[in-house]
Parts: sequence; structure tokens; C-alpha cells
Amino acid sequence: MTPLQLFCQQLANGLTLGAIYALIALGYTMIYGVIQLINFAHGELFMVGAYVALTLVLLSSAGPLPSGIPWWMTLLVCGLGSMAAAGMLGAAIERFAYRPIRHAPRLNALITAIGMSFFLQNALMLLYGATDRHFPNPIPLTRWEVGGVTVTLMQLVVWAASGLLMVGLQLLVMSTKLGMAMRATAQDLKACALLGIPVDRIIATTFVIGSAFAAMGGMLFGLHYGTINFHDGYLMGLKAFTAAVLGGIGNIPGAMVGGLVLGLLEGLGAGYLSSQWKNVFAFLILVVLLLFKPRGLLGERVADRA
Amino acid sequence: MPALLEVERLTRRFGGVVALDDVTLSVEQGETVGLIGPNGAGKTTLFNCVTGVLRPDDGEVRFGRGPMESLTGLAPHDIAQCGITRTFQNVRLFSGMSVLENVLVGTYIRTHAGLISSMLPSAEARREERWAQDRAMGLLELVGLAGRSHEMAGALPFGLQRRLEIARALSSDPALLLLDEPAAGLNAAEKQALLQLIEQLKGQGLTTFLIEHDMRVVMPISDRVVVLDYGKKIAEGPPKLVQENPRVIEAYLGTSTTVNREP
Amino acid sequence: MEGFRNQTVRWAIGVIAALALPILNPNPYHLDVLTNALLYALLALGLNLIVGLAGLLHLGYAAFFAIGAYTYGLLNLHWHWPFWIGMIPAAIVAGLSGVCLGVPALRVRGDYLAIVTLGFGEIVRIAFTNLEQWTGGPNGLLGIAHPKIWIPGRGLIDFGVASMPYYYLVCITTAAVAVVCVRLSRSRIGRAWVAIREDELAASCMGVPVLQLKLLAQGCGGAIAGLAGAIFASKQGTVTPDSFDFILSVMVLAMVVLGGLGSIRGAILGALLLGSLPELLRWFEQYRMLLFGLTMIVMMRLRPQGLFGRSSQGLAPDRAHAGSA
Repeated sequence: MTPLQLFCQQLANGLTLGAIYALIALGYTMIYGVIQLINFAHGELFMVGAYVALTLVLLSSAGPLPSGIPWWMTLLVCGLGSMAAAGMLGAAIERFAYRPIRHAPRLNALITAIGMSFFLQNALMLLYGATDRHFPNPIPLTRWEVGGVTVTLMQLVVWAASGLLMVGLQLLVMSTKLGMAMRATAQDLKACALLGIPVDRIIATTFVIGSAFAAMGGMLFGLHYGTINFHDGYLMGLKAFTAAVLGGIGNIPGAMVGGLVLGLLEGLGAGYLSSQWKNVFAFLILVVLLLFKPRGLLGERVADRA
Repeated sequence: MPALLEVERLTRRFGGVVALDDVTLSVEQGETVGLIGPNGAGKTTLFNCVTGVLRPDDGEVRFGRGPMESLTGLAPHDIAQCGITRTFQNVRLFSGMSVLENVLVGTYIRTHAGLISSMLPSAEARREERWAQDRAMGLLELVGLAGRSHEMAGALPFGLQRRLEIARALSSDPALLLLDEPAAGLNAAEKQALLQLIEQLKGQGLTTFLIEHDMRVVMPISDRVVVLDYGKKIAEGPPKLVQENPRVIEAYLGTSTTVNREP
Repeated sequence: MEGFRNQTVRWAIGVIAALALPILNPNPYHLDVLTNALLYALLALGLNLIVGLAGLLHLGYAAFFAIGAYTYGLLNLHWHWPFWIGMIPAAIVAGLSGVCLGVPALRVRGDYLAIVTLGFGEIVRIAFTNLEQWTGGPNGLLGIAHPKIWIPGRGLIDFGVASMPYYYLVCITTAAVAVVCVRLSRSRIGRAWVAIREDELAASCMGVPVLQLKLLAQGCGGAIAGLAGAIFASKQGTVTPDSFDFILSVMVLAMVVLGGLGSIRGAILGALLLGSLPELLRWFEQYRMLLFGLTMIVMMRLRPQGLFGRSSQGLAPDRAHAGSA
């Protein structure tokens, strides 16, 4: 492999990881946007998505369904199923854990979120076991060589799925009434409530969308790596949060860019530097960024509301 | 009387808005000066520049009994150390602390116990603490809050919160007290009590610089009144003369619209 | 001053009960559980200075604990420093790292500070794991000396793996630190910390040097964690990086919040409760972290100010940014 080919290969790998980060980061950013809460449980919703998808994939391969179903059909059903499950769970968490303390001091909400994260993580462990679970991949192992760089069908699926979701979200937020209400709520929750915007419903919707996106990220993560563990949500959540901060928290296009940038940096870093320190990169980037550019790369929102 | 505070050619912009435009004024020792002007005239911005909360874009603030020192670039806590303390337009008490503790915080700069003598028994620290407690109780008595010293500051009625804020500002024994709309939100009786308190402080030789909207408060107690409009000083002088100044009347009754220009 | 005296009496009863306990119930398992809970209490006291008094939300507190443990461990393994001397640099190094972290970290506030400190905690842990030539990597440091004490007539006694000596060591240290914390919280410095927590701008306008005091809080909190770390290392005889994970930071934070922000007896009681909870929930082995998470959620809902919190204000009240200039 020539150095250029190696670089392009790392780029392709980084973009795949980055697309998954971006999907999770969107939820962080949207939720922070409307209620200024770092939803620590978001990484766990990602894991819920991964496990539900796993269950559905297992069911579809062993279940009573006829075997002639094309692989993309299976994937679509599993993806939608896990998004729906995580979306409902996200809404339930908002309704029963976060809403009652929305007006309490910020620290309380943060602790609740951390508690929720512990709860979900351990619930997943009890349900699915503490060991790595194999994630069967229905996608055929097709691969193409483009100028010496290998691109798999798997990677194309990740790019297509995350690309479609992000475009859809952008359309929803920028050109529908619901999206306008969401943007308005992010600007000023109290004023929106006074203007008769159903703030509770908007916030719940934000949780549903954010959680569903995380779930899709979870499924793609499982497909990409082939195994999942209940622990994975913590680190992926933190990295996705880094991505959200990278793009300027509260900024939706920022989260997408942040996810891709972080994925690329990590892909390149792991390729050229040591992979042992891989996880430190993300944290170093996060810390340095917060210290010197707390509004993120694209963000113009004032970050510090405390 | 020599000047205590000198503000020279002070300018502060917020984006395109010029909140303070080349303002020059001074406050002399022992004087009570009122700062008036319509909403958004730049009064609080001036206070914020004097107390180091905001950096002026241009100009200088000087302060001192005797030799004047520049305050430009100093942090708020350094300026408090120099002898200027303030209250806030929308009361900013430490609401989770007791009334007494609020006042004690103000004695921080007049006490010196370090980490070690705060942690371990120390006669010096104990003496200092007793002094601070006595001073704080004395001030609470002055503002009429001695009986409620152990209540939570945030639980006090609003009128008393304003008085507590004054006691807190006084506890470091400042040379200059800045009051930002001390009468706002008070009823007639409370305003009367406030006037008496300011009179009393004046009797003790304290220099006071106050922002006030209510002419019935500011006119009787001020030796001198400075008027700001659109960030510019438009008039200055004894209350009577200022009240009759046509530019002031115009600024208040206004040809301009009554848009809130507060930054 | 009647209330003050009552409180002193209550504290005294608590301390005497704690000291008499091993004589009444010498069960080593119970003592071990209590020793661990008291070690948590020591950590909670330190974190309470940072989060409870100064209002700085810190999510990487375990890093200071780790730094203290490794400092003593390395000093002991390489230069044979005894525990009683080694714990001093352990506290100092951890305290200084708190100050050093504070210099850049205090540029950000609120949630962002929480994330920066979380990142710091993770970086420290991963660094201890990866710097194998110095820290022994994932296996950690082995063979750290236990404390020794000289008793007249019996010579030099090694604490070894017995339970009782550590119980007394931790008990006395925690009590001493608690006294220091109480004194500190009633001093001008403690009041200034709370003032910063309540309203930073107003505090600075009253003459409180905000940055300096925040650094001091980080330093003091870090030093207490460092001391706890040295005790932990000497008791275990080994330190491994995975003892200092994010969950530990969160556990200690939850103890402080359960006790009530800023309350010293709250921090101790919160730590004793939550610190022994996993042991009490032993029968539920697998469920205990699940229940721990649930406890946190329910606690925030039912008693947001904690057991002994006196205000429901907590951190960064809305009021602080509600007003205009």
C-alpha cells in the first residue's frame, strides 16, 4: 500500500466511525439545546438500540419469517424497530425522570442523568449478560477496490443510513412547524411556554428523535464491530459528547461535522500513532477544546449558562 | 473637597451600541451624587465599569483618598479592596446563606486569617472572627435586621433584601458606596426608611453614588445630580437646577420613543 | 451558643462510638466494610469542599485519589519511604495537581467544568494504565508496604492484613479531617467559598478573589483525596488503575449530594450510607449497581437538597442569569 492509499483507507474507516459518532452526538446536542442537560444516559440509549437490534436480527434469522427476505429488508425492519424502542424509552425517561426535576438546580438533573445511566447500563447487563455478544451481520461481505482502497458494502450502509437520517433531521428542523417549535424552545423555553407552544411535547419529541438516532448508531456500531458489550455505551457516549462539543453544543449541523471530524482524527490517530492511547485522544481533544474554544468549531451559541 | 472618584472620557460599546460615550464626571469626598437618566442611558454600565465588572473600551477611572490611582484593568475584588463596594439593580444576595453570613462575606477583605490559621485553633483568627461578627451585627442593627440574623437571606421579603445588600456592601468599610436603584420595588414606607438610612450614612461621612429613577428619592438626598442619556452626560449640577434643565426634561418626557435600550 | 454545644456533644458521642465499636464488635468483615465506608467519607469530605462549598462540579475526583495512591506507592517501592512520611507528599502532590488542573479548567464553568474534570479523570486513569515502565501498567504496583507502628514493649508492629488497625487509622484521620473541614467552613475562607457558589459576581464585587479561592478549594480537596489514596495503597498493598474509575468519582459525588451540598456531617453520613449500601445489598449481588442508580434518581426526586442541605438552591441557580445588566 502506498502512503496515499493508506491515508485514504484510514479516511474511509474514520468516516464510518465518524458517521456513528455523529448520529449519537445529534441526540446530545438536541437535548442540551432544549433543556441544557448533558444527558449522561444517552450512551446507554445507544446501547439499548444496539441490543434491541441484536434481538431483532436474531429473531429474524431464527424466527418464522420466510427465508427469502432480502438482507436490506431485514436491516430496515431491525433499524426501525430499535429506533422505535429506544425512542419510546427516551420519552419515558424524560417523562418520569427528567421532567419532574426540570426546575430543580442543574446539579440535580445531572445526577439524575448519571443515575439513569447506571440503571440502564446494569439493566442491560442483567438482560443480556456481561460478556461480549456476537452481532450477526446480514449484510453480504461485498467489497470494492477503488484505487487500492477497500470499501465494503457495510461501510456504504453506514454512510447511507446516517446520511439519510441527518438530511431528514435537517429538513425536519429547518422546514416544518415542529422543527420551528424545537428551535424556538431551544432559544427560550419560558417564552415559548408563554406563547402557547406545547413545550412538554416538544421536549418529549426531542428525546424521541435523539434516542432513535442513538439507537440507529447502536445498530450500525454492532454491525460494524461484530460484537457488543453493555460497557460500550459509556465510552461511545463520551466520545459522541466530545463530537457534540466539537461542533458547538446545541448546534445540529455542528454535531454532524463534529462526529465526522472526531471519527477522522481517531481513525488517522490510531493508524499513524499508537492505538493504545486512542481513547486519550478523544479526551484530550475534548479538554483542550473546552478550554480554548468552548463554543466549538462552528458554534456561536453562548456555551456557559451556569 | 478633593475628588474621591474621577471618571474620565469613559467609553463602552456593546457591538454597535455605544452604552457609554465619552463620559467624564467626579465624586467628591463626603458627597452624595445621584446618577439619573432614562432606561438604557448607560447608568448601570457606568457602575459596572467602575467596579471592574466590565472593561471600558476607552477612558480611565481613578480613585483614592489622597493620591489617585487608576482602577483600569483591575478585577472587581481588587477594586473592592481599594474601597468601592456596590449593590445591584436586581438584588444579588447569597440566598443560601444566612443574613449574618451575607454581611460577614463582606469582611473578607478586612480580615487576614490564612488557610492554616483557619483550619487550626489560632488566637489571632479567633480575635479577627469576633471583630467581624461584631461589625456585621452592628451593621445589621443599623439597617434594622439584627433580629433576623439567622434567617436565610433568600427568604427575606424584598424590601429587607435591599437593606441587607446595603449592609453587606458596608461591611468592608468602603470609602465609596455605589447603590444601583436602591428604591426600585420598594413601597412608600420602605422608600422613606431607605432615605433615612442614606441620610444617616451621609451623616457618618460616607460618600455615596446612586442610580435612581424615583425623583422623590434622588432629589432630596443628592448634593449633586448627573444626568446620562444615550450614554452621554447631558447635565450636571444641584438637583434644583438639573430638574429645570430643558435638555433633561426633553430626555425624560422625550421626543424619542420609550424603547428599552438597556443592554 | 447552646446549639453549638449540643453539636459538639453529638460529634463527641459519634467519635466515641466509632472508637469503641471494634471492641464491641470485632468481626473483621464488618470492620472492613466500615473502614471502606469511612475511607469514602474521607473522600466525600474532600469533594464537599470543592462541590459543596465552592460549587465547582467535579466529575474526576477519583484522579486525585489515584495520584495520592500512586505517589505513596512509588515512593515506598523505589525509596522505601514509610507510610507515615509517604502520606505527606501523597497529599501534597494530589493537592498540587488539583491546583494545576484548576488553572486551565476554571476558565469554564458549570456543565463544561464537569466534563473537563471528567476528561481529566479518564486521562489520568488511562495514563496510569499505559505508562507501564513506571506504573506497572494494568497490573499496577505490587508489594507496597503496610504502615508500621512502634508500641512500647512490643516493638515495631506491622499493620499487615488485620482489620482493626486500619479501622482506627481511617477513623482517626477522617475525624481529624472532619474537624478541620468544620473549622474551615466556618472561617472567612469557607464563607467566601459558599459566596462564590451562590453568586460569583456578587462575591467578587464584595472583594472575594474568586479564582484564587477556587484554586484553593481544588487544592484542599485534592490533598484530602491524596491522603485517602495513600491510606488506601498502604492498606491494599497494591494499586491498580481500575480502582479509580469514573464510577468511583460518581459514587463520591452522590454521597456529597445525598448528604446535602456543603454539609459536613451530611458528607460523612452520606458516605457511610452509600458506602455500606453495596455491602448491605450483597444478597442482590448483580442488582446492586442497578439499585444504586435507581437510588440516585429517586433521591434527586424526593429530597433534592440532600439529608442535611439547608438550601434548595444547589449549584448555579436560575436566578443568576435571569436578570439583565
